Amino acid sequence: MSPATTPELGDERVKTRSRFREALIRPELGGIAGIILVFFFFLLTAADSGMFSAAGVLNWSIVSAQFMIIAVGACLLMIAGEFDLSVGSMIGFAGIVIAILSVQMGWPMWMAIIATFVVCVGLGAVNGWLVIKTGLPSFIVTLAFLYILRGLTIFAAIATTRKTIIGGVRDVAEGDWLAALFGGKVLTGLFQWMGNIGLIDTFERGTRKGQPVVDGIPMLIVWALALVIFGHILLTRTRFGNWIFASGGDAQSARYTGVPVNRVKILMFMFTAFCATVFATCQVMEFGSAGADRGLLKEFEAIISVVIGGALLTGGYGSVIGAALGALIFGVVQQGLFFAGVESSLFRVFLGVILLLAVILNTYIRRMITGDK
Amino acid sequence: MNAERKPIVEMKNIEKHFGAVIALAGVSLEVYPGECHCLLGDNGAGKSTFIKALSGVHKPTAGEIFFEGNPMSFDRPRDAISAGIATVYQDLAMIPLMSVSRNFFMGNEPVKKFGPIKLFDHETANRITMEEMGKMGISLRGPDQAVGTLSGGERQTVAIARAVHFGAKVLILDEPTSALGVRQTANVLATVDKVRKQGIAVVLITHNVRHALAAGDRFTVLNRGKTLGTAQRGNITPEELQDMMAGGVELATLESSLGGTV
Repeated sequence: MSPATTPELGDERVKTRSRFREALIRPELGGIAGIILVFFFFLLTAADSGMFSAAGVLNWSIVSAQFMIIAVGACLLMIAGEFDLSVGSMIGFAGIVIAILSVQMGWPMWMAIIATFVVCVGLGAVNGWLVIKTGLPSFIVTLAFLYILRGLTIFAAIATTRKTIIGGVRDVAEGDWLAALFGGKVLTGLFQWMGNIGLIDTFERGTRKGQPVVDGIPMLIVWALALVIFGHILLTRTRFGNWIFASGGDAQSARYTGVPVNRVKILMFMFTAFCATVFATCQVMEFGSAGADRGLLKEFEAIISVVIGGALLTGGYGSVIGAALGALIFGVVQQGLFFAGVESSLFRVFLGVILLLAVILNTYIRRMITGDK
Repeated sequence: MNAERKPIVEMKNIEKHFGAVIALAGVSLEVYPGECHCLLGDNGAGKSTFIKALSGVHKPTAGEIFFEGNPMSFDRPRDAISAGIATVYQDLAMIPLMSVSRNFFMGNEPVKKFGPIKLFDHETANRITMEEMGKMGISLRGPDQAVGTLSGGERQTVAIARAVHFGAKVLILDEPTSALGVRQTANVLATVDKVRKQGIAVVLITHNVRHALAAGDRFTVLNRGKTLGTAQRGNITPEELQDMMAGGVELATLESSLGGTV
């Protein structure tokens, strides 16, 4: 090599960048900016509406947690280069399967839940296998499953109960160890204590007099945080995470270097189905019923959260933390507009604007990081 | 080539059929450690199919592959990689969205164990990436710089450094210079020379005769799925190589109108 390019001198064409700028330029920046904007907006417009009281915080936290659960799955799958449009139908399907197995067929709740997870994760594998084997875009394959699963769900519910909503789940779930893992609450003692010392409001009247208005953290939120942490560590700190990036970034290159791309993609479809089933199980336990129309449009809400969070639609780039922030923005906006007393139809306008702004900002950031044109 | 040296790779009568298309009709090749063996041929000659048989991407329809004297059959690219045959593809060597260090260790990530949990050892990965890049004369802003921000020649060099670092005994380069400028081509060919001097066998695929002659020790020409023979360095002129690649007659008339070797 010529002496003119000794590595110690560095390349004069590589611009030096400040530490601050380095720290700022990350895939989650769009999500972080969005969160600041959204909270600033609602602190101004809805501060006295109870949105930031204990009950209010819990309200939008639960909605955000729901989005987070499915966003984690959608995020990892999107980074691996695929879509799953059947998430919403999978949620409806999983709920009805739990209800039919437990209420109609009399299985113990834990068995019904485990069986549902096996069936749904298996369907996720079928989704992935079909995408890999046929080479069709996952958009098309999972669109087919969107209809197939929704149709099957309604059919199964009508055929067994002549109704599209199956109730009575709460009675079967009573005292079940696995049901508590999805429908229970944690830190109830802490919240009772906070209620006692006046940190949070307590009920003034009625049968629950003296109990705090918020009596614990629902397992739904615990699941959401656990999945976000799991997804983040998996993606950024494990070799499998590197394979996820590689499979979505360029499947052929990844194959040539020995990354088992097919296995990675099928596993991510299964993980997405797993997340959808967690969502469905939590929802069924919370409502005490399953509905054949549950989960409608959830696939798009998951994808929107992921995209607000900085992931690239074509795969290979993104962040689970970003997706979680996207889900939080989604939840806060949806519930916040309600608290602020804004006409609910404007929610979609607001969301569309945020989506657009976030994606423009994210595209700009990504180009700076990756040198993409 | 002296007779006592044993070839590290011997491919005998390799055939590959894709449905009704015969891509390779019995191609043989020997590669010795420390040599740069150039595989030349025009587009569609079967160069890529041939090396994909060696790198485990395609399973040959017929023929035998010997690696270090033992018969080998690679079902997956991973098998070939673990045996010590590394391939650097023309345009598919790197994932531009990912950092240099993530690309460098793609498929071979170092792990750190925390009880039953194995985590990607980013510290080691970053350190080794910077060291190896330094050896090849490329200065990075940092190991987390995205490959998309590197030039074509730098990307090739990263890919070659990666293959060498992971213990390649045979390094296959698929048209490494085809999309590069003059300076970058020179850098890549210089890298090939460094690699060869470490005793690694290099198979260089190209359709540029000048690049082949600049770096190669021996030259094998493929045409329409068949070998037209192997020549030693010094025993063949650029014109002869060019003629063998393109079938000769037509090109001779073309060349006279273009004024020199293409």
